Parts: sequence; structure tokens; C-alpha cells
Amino acid sequence: MGRHEEKASFDAAGAAAVGERPRDSVCIAILGSGGAGALTTGGLLLEAAARRGLYGMMTRSVGPQIRGGEAAAFVRLATRPVACMADRFDAVIAIDWRRADRFADELALDAESLLIGDPGKPGDAAAAPVPESLARSGARVVDIAFADLAAAVPGGRENMVALGLAAGLVGIAAEELDGLIAKRLGAKGTAAVEASRAGCAQGLAAAAVLPVRFPLPRPEAEPGPRWRITGNQAAGLGAVQGGVRFAAAYPITPATEVLEWLAPALRRLGGTLVQAEDELASINMIIGASFGGVPALTATSGPGLALMVESLGLAVASEVPIVVVDVMRGGPSTGIPTKSEQSDLNIAVMGCHGDAPHVVVAPLSVGDCRLTTQWAVHLAETLQTVAVVLSDQFLGQSQAVIAPPEPEDFGTRRKVLPRTVEGYRRYELVGDSISPMALPGITGGQYTADGLTHGENALPSSRASDHRAQLDKRAAKLVQADYGAHWAEIEGEGDIAILCWGSLAGAAREAAERLAEAGAPVRLVALRLLAPLRTEALVEALGHRRVLVVEQSHSGQFLNYLRGSGALTGETRSLRRPGPLPIRPGEIAAAVQEWRRS
Amino acid sequence: MNEHPAPKRKASDYKSEVKPVWCPGCGDYHVLLSLTRMLAASGTPPEQVAVISGIGCSSRIPAYTNCYGFHGVHGRSLALAAGLKVARPDLTVLVMSGDGDGFSIGGNHFLHACRRNIDITYVVMDNQVYGMTKGQPSPTTDPEWDSALAPGGTGIRPFQPLVIALASGANFVARAFSGQPNETARIIHEAVMHPGFSFVQVMSPCVTFRPEQAAWKDAVHPAPVEATDDPARAARRIMTDDGFNIGVLYRGDRPVFDPHSGAEPVPLSALERSFAL
Ligand SMILES: Cc1ncc(C[n+]2csc(CCOP(=O)(O)OP(=O)(O)O)c2C)c(N)n1
Ligand code: SF4
Repeated sequence: MGRHEEKASFDAAGAAAVGERPRDSVCIAILGSGGAGALTTGGLLLEAAARRGLYGMMTRSVGPQIRGGEAAAFVRLATRPVACMADRFDAVIAIDWRRADRFADELALDAESLLIGDPGKPGDAAAAPVPESLARSGARVVDIAFADLAAAVPGGRENMVALGLAAGLVGIAAEELDGLIAKRLGAKGTAAVEASRAGCAQGLAAAAVLPVRFPLPRPEAEPGPRWRITGNQAAGLGAVQGGVRFAAAYPITPATEVLEWLAPALRRLGGTLVQAEDELASINMIIGASFGGVPALTATSGPGLALMVESLGLAVASEVPIVVVDVMRGGPSTGIPTKSEQSDLNIAVMGCHGDAPHVVVAPLSVGDCRLTTQWAVHLAETLQTVAVVLSDQFLGQSQAVIAPPEPEDFGTRRKVLPRTVEGYRRYELVGDSISPMALPGITGGQYTADGLTHGENALPSSRASDHRAQLDKRAAKLVQADYGAHWAEIEGEGDIAILCWGSLAGAAREAAERLAEAGAPVRLVALRLLAPLRTEALVEALGHRRVLVVEQSHSGQFLNYLRGSGALTGETRSLRRPGPLPIRPGEIAAAVQEWRRS
Repeated sequence: MNEHPAPKRKASDYKSEVKPVWCPGCGDYHVLLSLTRMLAASGTPPEQVAVISGIGCSSRIPAYTNCYGFHGVHGRSLALAAGLKVARPDLTVLVMSGDGDGFSIGGNHFLHACRRNIDITYVVMDNQVYGMTKGQPSPTTDPEWDSALAPGGTGIRPFQPLVIALASGANFVARAFSGQPNETARIIHEAVMHPGFSFVQVMSPCVTFRPEQAAWKDAVHPAPVEATDDPARAARRIMTDDGFNIGVLYRGDRPVFDPHSGAEPVPLSALERSFAL
């Protein structure tokens, strides 16, 4: 730790002092083992709430099993849009308690929380009491015999009883669930619909006798149009919005849904997706497609990005635009494939050998995956370079109910050689350092794109002067580019600045809102553009404030990157933690207040 | 590739001004000659042709042509070419690289390119050595060949690219010898014209690190029988021949990879609809 920096402490008491908002948001975990249907239940609850006019999000936490392992849906419902989970859970609903212990770290509970679940009957395969790791919180335990309640109706399923119970807990009525069930399960026939309705009714009845409930008011104004979307879907949408018409893919958790969304979407748009044999192939396939003039993208996670870095350098050197979406997960190596972490910053920014300047951007919310990915395509195409999008499992696999994210018209256009010219030089040193790119088919534009150092005429050269000139060119075009206001979101005034990037913007913003409401405002700076770093603009945005750097990495990759850039000129503290535990708004607010007190 | 009747083009129209880095006498000069002759015979305008390569002496070839080219990273040329051809089906795409590039570091892509059967042509200039890195054994090197990196030889059975190609689904398989540029041009031309993934192994001597390959010119001979459309028969012939049969060895008719739906593109708003509540 440097002179100006100590590790900020986590202070739960401080979080409480800052105070959760009044009940305009409820956080519920729905757990189950062995295909109990917890994720389906969570998704239906979110949709039912959305139909009521509420907002919310659902994150998922699953074990390593492919199917039938433990699964948890963390659902936050609110009267306004939310971009992170709350500090604590109001209730845990366990279809069974068998593997609930494995989620203990992720379930922040207290004496006000409810632990609702089915302990089962002695001798049942699924019978298990509330695990000690959860009971220790002092939360109130309520036994509900989901299995018996389900068995009491023909074709009843426990997860539908749990859905009814969760709905009752937040004040969603039977009629509202009925409509949803008809819509979602109608295709399975009347018997299935009836069984589900009856199961839900059992759960609603059980909810009526709970010791407390957390009803959310209906929003006063009629909410406008809303979407239910995941970050991975939004990234796919942003990609095609930006003009991507070719993708190559090798499956990897938690990025696969980007590709699975793109495959049919590209077909419908007249584009194509090719499943590659590995990431070495997928990255080179998109380089090939883009060389041919078709904007191209791949999506992967850390292990795949690691395989791609040699070819990222090729695209940088040959100035072929490509976009790589990295949906980060816990690393290194296979790490925790199903859970989130912000730990690919180093490889994304600095992974290439040689000096290989390129663009790295990070979406700031589930919905923002759309704009940020579209922007990445825009920057790659116009600057003829590589753009990496650093999303993560939290953004990618969370479903959010949001106002439709507005598309932006960037006027994306690659600078291409329009027609035959005499003496075309592909890498000519022009004013903005972006030389027109000839696409195959243009007479007189023939050149060989090359990873070898080359001169302006594209021919290989090992001259120091050519090497220098082309390195300067590739660096200059990124420095000179217009990043507009998108490089960061900057809000609020205060003596301390919270500085974060990517998915942590949601929790940081909520912390800033709470601090402002408590009369202790801060400045929030959430970076969307990580490379090239807008150092001067960042220094200006931070002013002379003390800076709390917040990130989800063990070593402080973001902090070290900022330090090396010279953007941190004053007193700095680091609030960091590796994944998969999220950093919650209360912790950020508490760290700010603790610093002010000390 | 479409035959373009006019204007008449010469081999020199397909050659660039760049002087190759190759050693005097390297077999790759003749492969370049075959390529430009073949392109002239086809009449395809140079701007409609893309020559894609990896890394190695042989992989330097794109810049020596007057076509569009991509000199990529080591071993990934087939993947790059696949993306290009899918995105730009109108182009004639040739991949030209070495045995190390294609069968060692790029081996996995070779299998999957054969399987995928995209309409591209893959020409491997096989000199049974790593030329560019100055004489190490490659996957096709004979096991006894002595070198600094493998003193006394590798003791490892050579890779059989033609048989692997057949087993993996390549749609056209041929062997050529660089010392016969007219015949090589004819074979590559036929490979380009054949739909799907065509593979041509061109034996191309490395005079610097494998001077004994000078004897190849006396060893090669035309394949004694016509090409078959039966991959099993073709494989048996290749596995039992002396390694010097020259000519087209297999012509298949597997369906060519085409991921395009051909449907009228929908507007973006059609995709957004699925997210609306
Ligand atoms: C990733 C990577 N590893 C190693 C090398 C070094 N290298 C350059 S060319 C080559 C072998 C080329 O052999 P081959 O494909 O047979 O071509 P030849 O030079 O014989 O024509 C190697 C290993 C490299 N360029 N990149
Ligand atoms: S080292 Fe061998 S393969 Fe390379 S240029 Fe010289 S002769 Fe040709």
C-alpha cells in the first residue's frame, strides 16, 4: 500500500447507519437442489413483478454441475430501476435446504430476514434442516411444507408453490400470476396451466400467514414500455446495431448466450455465425471476415481471451477492425466459470506482446451492454483497430427489467478506398492516422495485410524508421479519436470521489444516491472507456478529491492501472475484493463514511 | 471461381514487384510461378482473388502476388480464410502455407477445414522441414532425419496429410511437385474449380536445409490410375504408394458449407420485439 492509500475497511454497522432505502425494494433468494426449478421460479417472479409495473433484476448463482446441481435465483424487485443487488436479503425461499449451505457466503442475512423453507420429513431423500451457516444470522425460520402443499393439488409442483409464496410476500395477487402462467405455460396445455395455478394458490395462501411480508407499492405513474433482457442479449443487440454481420464462436460460460442470441439474429439480418473449432480459429475467422469488409465480432471469457491475444496483435498491426466481447468470470485458469469477477482487466488492456494499442470498454449496467457494445463496434470500425468489451457474468447472465435502452446513431462508417486509385498505399501516414482500407474486389487496391512490420506501402520492412512510424500511427489514431461523453459517467459533487468501472457502476451509483440522501454527497466516476485511458479528463473529473477506487479483483488491477497512468494525483483508498461476492452499495457507502470519520 | 473470358491476362499480371526472400533454388519459386500461371489461365481478375497464409518461408507468398493477401499469424491461415470466404463468397480464396504451419501449429484447423468443406483451396508447400526457423523437423519429416533439435532423428512416424484430409472430409485431394510448374498449375486450377474444400500437397524442396530433396525430381511420377470418388480407396492408394504419385487423387461431391439463410433481412426492430414486456 502506498503512502496515500490504505485498504478501506468493510463496515456493516456503517452500512446500517447510512440506512437502506425505505421499502421500495425487496431482495429474495430462491434456492433449490437437483432441478427443483429455482431459476425458473425466479424468472417468473421477476416477470410477474414487471407486469405489475415494477422494475427489478435477477442474478443467478449455480454450482459447477451441468444439470441438477444447486441453483439460486437472487431476485431484487423495486419501484424504480435497479442495477445491483441490495445489501441484504429480506427472505430466502428454499424449495429444499439440501445444498443451501453452498450459498452461505453469498447470502447476506440478518435478524430481520426470513428463512422460509421445507425441512422435509425424516426419512425423505430431500429432507434437510436450515443449514447452520444460514441460521447463525439470527434470521427468523419459517417452515413451509412445499412438498406437501404441492402434493395436495393434482400435478402440483413445489416450485410453483414457491412462486405463489414469493408473490404473496411482495404483494402480487393471484389474478396477476394467473395471467402470467397462461402466457408462459399455455403451450403445455390446460392441465399444466391449472396445476400451476393451483400450486401458486397454495403458496399465496401460505404467504398470508407469514409473520411479516414486504409488499411493494404499485408505481404511482403508469410506467412506460419496459424490456426484460440479459446483458448477454443486450450485447448481441448492440453488436448488430453497430453493424456486425459476421460472428465466429467457441462456446464458453458465461459468454455463450451472446453467441446463441446472435446465431439466429444474424441469420435473420442476412449475416452469418460460424462455430469455430477453438478460440484461435474464432478470432482469426473474424479477422478474415472484417478484412473482407464485413464488421465482425466474437464473444468469449477469460480462457478464450487468453488464447486470442496473439491474434489481437495481428489485428492491431494489420489495422483490421474487430470486436471481442469478454464476459468475465472468476480466474485464473478455469476459476469459477459460473460466477463473476473483474479480473481480466490486465489481459484485456496489456495482454498483447509488443506495443499494441487498442480500445477496451466496459458496460456499466445490463442495459448498457447494448450501447457499450455498439460503441465498441463503432470505435473498432472507425479507428480500424481492436475493441475489447469487458462485460462480466453479473451483467451477462442477469435479467433486468428496464426502460428500453435507447440506441444511438454513431454514424459508424469504416474509411474504405472508394474506387481505383493510382499508387495506393494501405498504411499511408495521413492526418488522422486512419488510412483508407481497400476491400477485396476494388481494382488497384490490392495489398497484403501483414503482421510483419511494414511500410506505408504495406510491404514488410525491418527498418527502424518504418517500425517507429507505424507504431506512432496506430497510437496516434486512438489518442486523437473523439470519445465524446461516453468515456465515463460522472455524477454528483462531494469531497470524495468513488471511482469504479464496468459492472460495479450499479452498486457505486446506489451508494452515491444514499450518501446524497443522507446529506453526505460524493462524486461518482464510472469508467466505460478503459483504454486508451482519458487521463487528463479523468484527473479533471476527480478534481482534488480523495478517491475511493472500487473493483472486484484480488490484486487491485484497476488501482494499479490507474496508478501507472498518473490519473491518481491525490489521496487514494482501495475498496476491493475478488469475485464472486459482489461489492454491495452499503459497503461502498460505509467505506466513504469511515474515511470521512478517520 | 467463375471463368472470366476477357480481358486475356498473363501470369506476370498476377505477380507483384516484390523480390522474394527465398534462397536461390527454393522450390517455392516454382509454386509462385504455378500460382500466377494458374490464375492467368482462369482469367479471374487479381482483385477478386485473396491469397491467405500463415508464417514460414512458404507463407511469404501472398505479397509476391498482385492479389489481395493476408500474411497472418503462424498456423491460423485456414481460419482466417474461412471467415473471409463466408463473409465474401464472391472471392476466390486460396490458402498457401507450409507443412509446419498447416500440420503442426495449425493441425486442428486443418481437420476442421476439411470437415467444414468451405469452398476454398488449400495449397501446402511441403518441404518436410521448418525452413524459416532454420532446419527443425516438421510433422512430415522422416523419423531418421538428423538435426540440431532432434539429434539422430525424431523417431516419430510422419504425418500423412492426404490421408488425414480424406478421413476428415476434404472434397478434393491432390499431390503436386513444384518442379513441374505447368502440371502444378493445372492441378491447383482444378482444385480451385472443384466445389468445397480442396487440398493440394505440393512437394516443394528446401535446398538449404534438405539438399537431398534435389532427388525428388527424378522420383516423382504421374499417379498410375485416375482419381477416385471413393475416399477409402483413395486413402488405401496413398498409404501404399511410394509417396511420389503426382496428380489428382480424389474428387468428392460433399455438400459445400453455406451458412447463409438466403432469406430477406428483417429490420432490427423485429429483433427488439422479443424483449418487450
Ligand atoms: C506462435 C509462433 N511460434 C513459432 C514461430 C516461429 N516460426 C516461424 S516459421 C516456423 C515454421 C515454419 O515452417 P513451415 O510452415 O514448414 O514453413 P517453411 O518455412 O518450411 O516454408 C516457426 C516455428 C512463430 N512465428 N509463431
Ligand atoms: S530455407 Fe528452405 S524453404 Fe526457406 S527459402 Fe530457403 S530453401 Fe526455401
